[in-house]
Amino acid sequence: MTEKMELKSVEVWDGNLAAAHSLRQAQVDVVSAYPITPSTPIVENYAKFLANGYVEGEYMMVESEHAAMSGCIGASAAGGRVATATSSQGFALMVETLYQASGMRLPIVLHVVNRAMAAPLNVNGDHSDMYLGRDSGWIQLDSFRQQEAYDLGLMAFKIGEDHGVRLPVMVHQDGFISSHTAQNIFPLSDEVAYSFLGDHQPFNAMLDFEKPATYGAQTEENWHFEHKAQQHHDLMTKVFSKVEEVFAEYEKISGRKYRIVEDFMMEDAEVAIIAMGTTVNSARLAAKIIREKEGIKAGVVGIRLLRPFPFEQIKEVLKDVKAIGTLDRSSPNGTVGMLHNEISGVVIENEKVPAMKNYIYGLGGRDITIQMLQDIFKELDVSAKAGKRVGPIQKFINVRGPELSFLGK
Amino acid sequence: MEKRGWDDFDPGVILFSFEKDKKVTDIATTEPENRPYSQSNSFSSDQASGWRVEKPIFKQDLCIDCQFCWIYCPDMSIISRDKKMVGVDYDHCKGCGICVEVCPTNPKSLLMFVEAKEEAEALAEWPEKKKEEK
Repeated sequence: MTEKMELKSVEVWDGNLAAAHSLRQAQVDVVSAYPITPSTPIVENYAKFLANGYVEGEYMMVESEHAAMSGCIGASAAGGRVATATSSQGFALMVETLYQASGMRLPIVLHVVNRAMAAPLNVNGDHSDMYLGRDSGWIQLDSFRQQEAYDLGLMAFKIGEDHGVRLPVMVHQDGFISSHTAQNIFPLSDEVAYSFLGDHQPFNAMLDFEKPATYGAQTEENWHFEHKAQQHHDLMTKVFSKVEEVFAEYEKISGRKYRIVEDFMMEDAEVAIIAMGTTVNSARLAAKIIREKEGIKAGVVGIRLLRPFPFEQIKEVLKDVKAIGTLDRSSPNGTVGMLHNEISGVVIENEKVPAMKNYIYGLGGRDITIQMLQDIFKELDVSAKAGKRVGPIQKFINVRGPELSFLGK
Repeated sequence: MEKRGWDDFDPGVILFSFEKDKKVTDIATTEPENRPYSQSNSFSSDQASGWRVEKPIFKQDLCIDCQFCWIYCPDMSIISRDKKMVGVDYDHCKGCGICVEVCPTNPKSLLMFVEAKEEAEALAEWPEKKKEEK
């Protein structure tokens, strides 16, 4: 019998501790982990909760992130509720096994505390690791602050474990800005959180000895395509409705409303910033200020669900916008940013195609200030008023040296 | 295997050992040929036997039923019943020769022959007992 933890209605937790409590309350059976900065305290705290009797489970210390995810795959295929956490280089080492996990349709929850990719070696936050995972067949949920890392951490199990979905889920939060900064967190009680999720219901579990199964079989040109087609089909058609259903159910027990596309002041917006992570909050503040100061009709679109990509939802939100700035916190290394490509692919389907600008910012934890975000809104306003894009397509924000911009000059 | 569409699979690239509606509760006492193996189980598939260049042939009257070949075969291709050697499962044997290597009789009760060799022909040219060299 596990110990219940008495929580106050408001706790002061950083994003890592918030995520760790979501693993505890979900009563995760197996955490197989190789801790890495800045995600270390998530698995460390799970291990502590386990040692102190607050979880009935297993903590597997392995020799690498590749082994960490491999352990998760085995435990999940065996029929357990499984989670782990990683960042950056560790995430990169996991990549091969990420595809295994999603191809085998194992509902593992992976907390990714976003951090830059070396070289140069860097422990601070950017979205390079998140972008690296976007073709891996996982569901990717993004939190903009600490409370959301906790909430999405719980909801991730309910979404991924659903027998109609059966896909692994990443929960992203920004390294240090979210993971190591304490905020007021409003947790659910242990009972409410667990009854929201319910017991894990295994599906074709390997440890069902009466019905033995082989996971991850080899298929060549004869069957590989059919399996990949099925996975893509399920991502495209089954996930959105499930996510919405879980968001609605969670709102009932928490009072907190989540949406697949978190639009802010977009009802009458002429210019919009598209962003992810903690920058969404900064951009919201900048939009409020610039509306008051300059009368610019600014709005913000935060991407809550990166994969599957909410094409239709974003199309609807952006149908009347005149200029869009896509903010990519990852070096695209030779093209426009991922968000720029994705959003451009959406807006050409709308009747009114807006001017598109791409801002690369915040690499390796470089700050983006409210002033910089206001400046972006001002630049977008110039394009909106001109009725076409003014200036280059891509621009680097807050990098030392002469202005760095590319394409469409 | 019958041709199926992308929407006909259980998610997860899962192959079931047994036919879907059949459960096996006493697997240890059920002989392999009596188990309801599915079409996708390796028991039902003999694709890998095509790898073989040489095959082991069994000469029963020399065998002492020591079961070494049965224990060492990496593919469970030695058929044994009630601890008596019965023969080789050519659907799954890949011709590695381990059974021949571990056979302790003199001459050996299992020997490797080229794949095309007829069994009767092989048995007719079986070598004589070798004298142990001192």
